[in-house]
Amino acid sequence: MPALPLGESGKYVAAAYCVFLALILIYVAIMATKLARIERDLGELNELAERRAAAASDEEEDEPEPVAR
Amino acid sequence: MFGRGLKTLSCVTVVLIVGAFALVFFYAPNDADQGFIQKIFYLHVPLAIVALCGFVAGGIYGILYLRSGDRMHDLRSYVAIHLSLILAVATLISGSIWARASWGHWWVWDEPTLVSFLIVFLLYACYQPLRFSIEDPQTQARYAAVFSIVAGAFVPLNFMAVRMAQSVAHPRVLTSTTAMPGSMFLTFMLSIVAMACLYVTLWKYELASKHASMQLRQLRRKLAGEDDGWTPRARRSAAPQL
Repeated sequence: MPALPLGESGKYVAAAYCVFLALILIYVAIMATKLARIERDLGELNELAERRAAAASDEEEDEPEPVAR
Repeated sequence: MFGRGLKTLSCVTVVLIVGAFALVFFYAPNDADQGFIQKIFYLHVPLAIVALCGFVAGGIYGILYLRSGDRMHDLRSYVAIHLSLILAVATLISGSIWARASWGHWWVWDEPTLVSFLIVFLLYACYQPLRFSIEDPQTQARYAAVFSIVAGAFVPLNFMAVRMAQSVAHPRVLTSTTAMPGSMFLTFMLSIVAMACLYVTLWKYELASKHASMQLRQLRRKLAGEDDGWTPRARRSAAPQL
């Protein structure tokens, strides 16, 4: 088949490179979503750890002081 | 752990990709036979080569997993195959675009190179459903490793079989008979290196992300009082677990 003129083949070349770029961008967007989920999970775990620490300190305060004999 | 050297690698990848594309459009001459449409070749062929190498790498990590039982190797194998599938999709689409411009058809069924690549792609498309269908993480990892080894061995065999076939339409790039001009060869080689760097960078990104998620899940389990790493999760997943 004879070579296509530049104007006609240019759109095919642009399409191929755009597909590649689009796939990379979609991949990066998915990675960003995953990163956001990790950040959210980290926040939840941090809250959980803080609540546990607060509960532990409350328990310590509620314990009756030992009576001296 | 997996994030070490990622910043440098990312910078090198960006420089190489930009450099390779600059050479493609401003340095490499137009092909005498195909003209400007041949520029797709600098994208399509490196994509195909790196995707196939990634499938083989997945098989190698599968062997390492079976030998050592280290779940990190299972994770490496999973991510390698996952990324290669994405590159394979890009290969198929860019190849179809080239075929439409060059042959006048999006797809040619009697061309061994195209059909064999499609078979490899469809074979690996079964990898994720296979993993997803197995609930027990240890069994999942073992079966997936066996699959990756068998399929990984199929890739070079398939490649050699296609090379030996008498193809009529698909051009051959790396052969002893077709001599590429120096500028084209340099551009092509840089494109392969750039694509390989992109693959390794994305592989490390994905590994770092997956490892972070796993560690978070492990921490959550520890806080909940369950410390057994092989306990299946409530929500089934194809991804490896710690």
